[in-house]
Amino acid sequence: MVFTSSIPARTSVARRAGRSGTPRWVLIGTEVLVPIVLLALWWVASANSTNAFFPPLQVILERLVQLVQTPAFLVDVGSSVGNLLLSFVLASVIGVLLGAALGLVRPLAWFVEPTIHFFRAIPPVALVPIFVSLIGFGNETRIISITLAALFPVLISTMDGIRGTEPTLAMVSRVYRIGWFDRLVSVTLPAASPRILSGMQVSLITAFVVMIASEMLGSSTGLGAATLLAQQSFAIADMWVGILVLGVIGYATTAVFTLFRRRVLRWYLASQQQEKNA
Amino acid sequence: MTSDTLRDAPVRLSVRGLAKSYDTKRGSVPVIADLTFDVRVGEIACIVGPSGIGKTTLLKCLTGLQSISSGQALIDGRPIDGPPEEMALVFQEYTRSLMPWLTVEKNVRLPLNHLRLPAAEREERIRGALAAVGLAGAESKYPWQLSGGMQQRVAIARAIAYRPEVLVMDEPFASVDAQTRFELEDLCLRIREQFGMTIVVVTHDIDEAVYLSDRVIVLGERPARVTEIIDVDFGGARDQLTTRAVPEFAELRSEVFELIRKAG
Ligand SMILES: Nc1ncnc2c1ncn2[C@@H]1O[C@H](COP(=O)(O)OP(=O)(O)O)[C@@H](O)[C@H]1O
Ligand SMILES: [Mg+2]
Repeated sequence: MVFTSSIPARTSVARRAGRSGTPRWVLIGTEVLVPIVLLALWWVASANSTNAFFPPLQVILERLVQLVQTPAFLVDVGSSVGNLLLSFVLASVIGVLLGAALGLVRPLAWFVEPTIHFFRAIPPVALVPIFVSLIGFGNETRIISITLAALFPVLISTMDGIRGTEPTLAMVSRVYRIGWFDRLVSVTLPAASPRILSGMQVSLITAFVVMIASEMLGSSTGLGAATLLAQQSFAIADMWVGILVLGVIGYATTAVFTLFRRRVLRWYLASQQQEKNA
Repeated sequence: MTSDTLRDAPVRLSVRGLAKSYDTKRGSVPVIADLTFDVRVGEIACIVGPSGIGKTTLLKCLTGLQSISSGQALIDGRPIDGPPEEMALVFQEYTRSLMPWLTVEKNVRLPLNHLRLPAAEREERIRGALAAVGLAGAESKYPWQLSGGMQQRVAIARAIAYRPEVLVMDEPFASVDAQTRFELEDLCLRIREQFGMTIVVVTHDIDEAVYLSDRVIVLGERPARVTEIIDVDFGGARDQLTTRAVPEFAELRSEVFELIRKAG
């Protein structure tokens, strides 16, 4: 009996290098070290800057410490992160359900698909003005814009993933007369999950971009609005704080999502690995 | 069970003038021309024939996965027009027939969910089936952590736990080692005895066909027809050593071999 097991490598870099033989700790170390080195370079390079638009990193960080203590800043951060997460979750749930329905019921797809592909072709950021003019400047407008923009990647990848299911598995479900619910939850969705999660990753990035755009267009709350306002009122350090915090939010949400994806797709990543080694 | 009681048993599966052509871009391609045979309750029938003759296609027609172009396949007298409740199929492409996201145990459990069995029986079936194929202890492994032969046994365990009245298997022992193969052959004989299961097996191995079968159905020509149906009268109780040693075994073996060679 041959039992083999492989724990999926921890980072994409590590996975790529698993083959080339570089020790894993070196790669994980690299992934952590690179941002730190970049920040250090920024610190040193900007230390004596007199350019009004590129203040020293030290000044920016000091301003960050001050701002973190003001309620208005925290409200902005909370609003941005809240809108981002709420819209991403909404888009994912709607996208997976609608995508599954369209993937499973062909006639439905014939009617709806052309519309979907038309709306997908519009750059997501361009949707924001449409909603502003339709619904106004409220927070709902932002949530709807983000959700709708983030909907298409996950919707389309779910549809494709479900249609691309291994035909043998569909036959197994038929032969064993597996009920529709078990079939959906234990066969169809897991089979499509690698593509669904890739779609969700794109949705997350889209949601992030549209989140910022929706705040920069006529809004007065959110980090995007705060950053733009700072730029317009020559509060350059504030502007840089906004950019830095947005960057951190983007990086952190992507990192958390990557961990989530790796957890859900453990079977997939490990079986891919297995095939490669075989 | 003796061969005489088997010969008198009612017909479970009946194939009547079955023909099948696939619709392809280049038009309709006939694969099976005309097949007629019966399989009685509790019988083991082996289907042999050169590769590409249409054995898998026939099994897909029997299990209701493929439509039949003309003629009929009947189970207990009912025409088969979709997967019948009382059938299970072990697929030839066993690796692709397991869910890689489910553990071995959950793969075996999935088809049982809708059978509404008492919990104790369901657990016992899963445990028993995995033990029977020699996979006790591998319950929490994932299919991709197992060798090809072990994956094949998971697929067999899943079919056995489902406890169909008719078990259909497509080259089920192709990638297991010789020792395991003998054990799985004897497992077939045992479950037939224990549950009165009717078993239809496609095999490449002539010895296996003779050892397992009550009848060997030889397919030949293209599109496929039944070349010959050979009755095997070894009865229910067989033994890897003594059964294979009797003179009739060797005779049947060369008879089947000769037929396949002519068919190919
Ligand atoms: N879905 C299909 N569409 C078209 N042709 C097929 C299909 N499945 C099998 N065939 C063809 O039918 C013939 C018989 O295939 P198969 O039943 O798999 O044979 P066997 O199992 O005896 O090796 C082959 O020539 C194969 O190419
Ligand atoms: Mg075949």
